[in-house]
Amino acid sequence: MNIYLPIAEVSVNVFVLLGLGGGVGVLSGLFGVGGGFLITPLLIFVGIPPAVAVATGTNQVAAASFSGVLTHWRRRTVDLKMGLVLLGGGLVGSAIGVQLFAWLRRLGQVEIFVSLCYVVFLGVVGALMLAESVRARRRTRRGTARRVRRHHWVHGLPFKMRFRQSNLYISAIPPVVVGMLVGVLAAIMGVGGGFIMVPAMIYILGMATSVVVGTSLFQILFVAAFTTMMHAILNQTVDALLAIVLIVGGVLGAQVGARLSPRLRAEELRIALSVLVLLVCLKLAFDLVQRPAELYNLSAVQ
Amino acid sequence: MRAAALILVMLLALVAPPRASAEEVVAGLSQTRVSITTWFSGSEIFIYGAVKREAPIPKGPPLDVVIAVTGPSTPVIVRRKSREFGVWVNGPGLHVDAAPSFYAVSTTRPLVETLSATEDLRYAVGLKGLGQVIRLVDAPAWLGDQRDEYLEAVVRLRRAQGVYFEQIGGVTVDEETLFQTRIELPAQLVEGDYRARIFLTRNRAVVDYYETSIAVRKVGIEHLIDEMAHERSALYGILSIVVALVAGWAAAALFRFIAP
Repeated sequence: MNIYLPIAEVSVNVFVLLGLGGGVGVLSGLFGVGGGFLITPLLIFVGIPPAVAVATGTNQVAAASFSGVLTHWRRRTVDLKMGLVLLGGGLVGSAIGVQLFAWLRRLGQVEIFVSLCYVVFLGVVGALMLAESVRARRRTRRGTARRVRRHHWVHGLPFKMRFRQSNLYISAIPPVVVGMLVGVLAAIMGVGGGFIMVPAMIYILGMATSVVVGTSLFQILFVAAFTTMMHAILNQTVDALLAIVLIVGGVLGAQVGARLSPRLRAEELRIALSVLVLLVCLKLAFDLVQRPAELYNLSAVQ
Repeated sequence: MRAAALILVMLLALVAPPRASAEEVVAGLSQTRVSITTWFSGSEIFIYGAVKREAPIPKGPPLDVVIAVTGPSTPVIVRRKSREFGVWVNGPGLHVDAAPSFYAVSTTRPLVETLSATEDLRYAVGLKGLGQVIRLVDAPAWLGDQRDEYLEAVVRLRRAQGVYFEQIGGVTVDEETLFQTRIELPAQLVEGDYRARIFLTRNRAVVDYYETSIAVRKVGIEHLIDEMAHERSALYGILSIVVALVAGWAAAALFRFIAP
């Protein structure tokens, strides 16, 4: 059964869209990633024009992350204070990112830069996370207790704050910087930034794993809502009908994911996420290197 | 509807100044309006007509009919990928000022046999003649002699999307007088006025032609969303986010209810 999308001006099978939204929603609830890095390429793959895919994807990410945040909130696995500090940095970073994006566009190099960003960040994050979680799993298998927290340079910085739910007493500088860097990347890559945020929270900030997902979703919710608004006003590329179909699939999927999450082992969850990230990275890298079947492509005039 | 169209066509034929040619087209469409609704999955237009003549059917080569339907033209950017430092990068974008969003040609016989090259160019009928329809106002310096390659790529890509096509033998003619064809409008239709042109040809030259238009419009919710996204974009953005939040909340509430 096909549905005609008024802004995208294409007709797409409604069940394909529901499935896409649902699948990405499950991952979103499971891993605390918004799923932007998956939904956008997938929408383009089913024939939605890229500009509409990016903008509408962010709207779906907002819905999925709100659904997830509510569940985590009730379970008290959202560190509100940490979330706000990250968000503060994130909004500053996003403003910087938008400027950087405009500058790259003037140079005419924005597309290749975005693709390389995806490959590099997905590759690095995926590889580090995979290596670490495999090591962690081996440690738990052997029964040797993992050192809970190492004392490194992060703990020597000023402006210390207590993040009770994250079980942390650290300087506010690292979360602000992490939020800012993620904000910059989010604006350039058109994603919420969860796949960078989650590992950064675990490995750089050393947050308790139980609150990582909820807190990340909290931050993503605001970034995605802000981006949707920007796209709606500046580019008019948010397709409401597409968004609704994706959202129906997405919110249900996110609930399934959030409920599945406590039943799975944290290390295994991270291994699965890192494998997924690496697969997307490999696909993008392959597309960059392989000779395309059709050298030409068409795009709408913005 | 069909009868009304025929009557209109006949009236027009009456008012139209007499032409030098001995044969004239009188034609009608099954519909002059296509509505895009939510479940729109394409539409079929039936184009039919007759040849009006005062004298008996001329001897010599048979009559041919060529029917072309053109969608509204919009600007488009064409890019060509090239290999830089081992990766395939999009080259500079060529801004094409106008390319039809839809183009269908239906003919009695292969186009080369029904139209001469000059006539094809003059009326911009065939997909090759589209070079005339696809307008490039000023070619940038880097383009050099690759102009045709870029414009051909537009036709090739749109053909692959199924919005440009040819139906050779798609028009049937009875007794050199009555003709008809069906043109499939695809699901990915763009809003606007579509131009339908009907050519009568003999000996590869156009004897007479008739032109009419088909109005393709989004209706109902499709029209509402489209209008609001462009006219009241801030409100539209806020509503999009509200819908997202309400849906997110509803799903969380629903799941808490069925599986606490």
